[in-house]
Amino acid sequence: MPIDVYLNVAVGGVLTGLVYGLMALGLSVIFGVVRVVNFAHGEMMSIAMYLAVVLFSAFHLDPLIMMVPIAAVLFVFGYALQSGLINPFITRPEHSQFLLLVALAIIIVNVLLIIFGPDARTVQTAYAFDSFQLGPLLVDAAKVYAGAAAIVIAALLFAFFRFTLIGTAIRACADNYTGALVVGLNVNRLYALTFGIGAACVGAAGAMMTLIVDVTPTIGPTYTLLAFVIVITGGLGSMPGALIGGILIGLTEALAGLLFTPSAKSMFAFGILVVVLLFRPQGILGKRPA
Amino acid sequence: MAALLTRLTDGAPRRAVILLGILFATLVVAPWLVSDYLVTVLILILYLAYCGQAWNIMMGFTGQLSLGHGIYVGLGAYVAAVLFTRYGVGPWFGLLAAMPVAAACGAVIGFLAFRFGVTGVYFAILTIAFAEFARIGFDHLGIVNAAAGLFLPVAQYAHNDLWRLRGSPTMFYYVILAATLCAFILCRLLITSRIGYFWLAIREDEEAARAAGIDTFRYKIYAVTISAAVTSFAGVFYAFFYNNLFPEQVFNISQSIQIILGPVIGGVGTLFGPLLGAFVLTGLAESLNSALTAFGIDLPGAEQVFYGMCLLFVVVALPEGIWPWLARALGVTERVR
Repeated sequence: MPIDVYLNVAVGGVLTGLVYGLMALGLSVIFGVVRVVNFAHGEMMSIAMYLAVVLFSAFHLDPLIMMVPIAAVLFVFGYALQSGLINPFITRPEHSQFLLLVALAIIIVNVLLIIFGPDARTVQTAYAFDSFQLGPLLVDAAKVYAGAAAIVIAALLFAFFRFTLIGTAIRACADNYTGALVVGLNVNRLYALTFGIGAACVGAAGAMMTLIVDVTPTIGPTYTLLAFVIVITGGLGSMPGALIGGILIGLTEALAGLLFTPSAKSMFAFGILVVVLLFRPQGILGKRPA
Repeated sequence: MAALLTRLTDGAPRRAVILLGILFATLVVAPWLVSDYLVTVLILILYLAYCGQAWNIMMGFTGQLSLGHGIYVGLGAYVAAVLFTRYGVGPWFGLLAAMPVAAACGAVIGFLAFRFGVTGVYFAILTIAFAEFARIGFDHLGIVNAAAGLFLPVAQYAHNDLWRLRGSPTMFYYVILAATLCAFILCRLLITSRIGYFWLAIREDEEAARAAGIDTFRYKIYAVTISAAVTSFAGVFYAFFYNNLFPEQVFNISQSIQIILGPVIGGVGTLFGPLLGAFVLTGLAESLNSALTAFGIDLPGAEQVFYGMCLLFVVVALPEGIWPWLARALGVTERVR
């Protein structure tokens, strides 16, 4: 195969990886602050994907624009989930939290199955088959838009945590729970806010994802696992790590799909996860727990 | 034999022993009392109870959350099925091969994870990763027919051949009943022996256990290995009962989650939890199914939503599961939990 085939696939993989990264960013933010592993992350993304598909097929609304209201809906969902259901579990053992979210994930997948049926749904935008030519490269327009939007959202999120007062307060909760309580922060509200932000990330990522893949009700667990792989590879709790992990996994999947068979591609992602967990359990950019 | 019985019943309230005897006797005569359909439901219940009991060794006794037990079911099933279909090796000899394979796989996963200090949620995710890896791997493995699935010649119901595990559901029922009983006895023996106490110490506080001189690494490896070996029989049973194997099904994460639902709902770390949970969950799900059928409603995801709701309810309202609560009500509180 000529080299530009590889290059084309690699660029496509990196762009998809940016969207993966945004999805994983949501998981990373939630874990970094609330210390709860959101086992229903991919399922929350599939909710967002179905919202995008329904909005498109009913009103012809572009997922790239609709990702703002969809992210808002997911924000509310995440906020309510944390303050209503998960908050009492903060002090419970890890496996208990885990099972709570597993239960939630099972319910989401199957409610989607009941509502939408098992068939795959797609979004066919006007620019679905457009592409940009860059020298020897031919890049999907949809992937370029999605990747760019993912970068913009991630940048906004960095700025939010770095420069706003609420962002600083959330970081304070993450750094020192007791300290945050002592200085009078409303930790429960900040936790709910954080969960909402994480859900909004995955909501935006889900809306964009409909441009790249078809959606089925059972797609959720696949993306939950993918988000774990990415976040652990990049470093749980590290925001740049999530993006880098996303790009790495996107690239790996794309190249593995080209060199072997597409159906075996996630095996390589899991292979990377196993290697990372064994040799650098804190992830590429993660810090070792003291 | 008498010594074994004394050992098993030592410390258990007399009432518990009597109730257990009645339960077992009921299960033994059950196939004569209920319809063929209910026998297959009972087989499913006992199968889940057996798997749950095996999983409990890791999570309930040693505190290591495995969310990828499907890998041991799958390995057991595939090893026995390949030996049977390709080389004509019977299931019991197949089991002799399947158990070491699953145990070795468990030992490797445990070795890698525990040697490198992978614990808690990370360990759980690692187990999922290995199971998914196996699922996709078997999906592309020619010798097991890849994604097309492996089929065993369908059983002739004319006579029961226990040696080759070909026969009627009633025969399979007694096989899985015996296996569940064996697993129960094994767990009771383990948990009342030195190794069991070490496991409990690790579960409660690993640092303290190490400080007390327990080689925690070694005993955690023992837990994974034993749990994997016990689980692999469930795989052999699965292969010969259902006669078809797809990587998509046996290695699937939903298989792994179904295994843990029973003990979680019944009570993690209890001996009766897996059995009780499997009964409650499958019983309720079957009633729901027949109710839906009776009303002519066909909702493919309804049963799973119901599982999810049950799990949610138990995790929120009964974090210790049903058994500890029921045991108090029956006055048969176990001394060792």
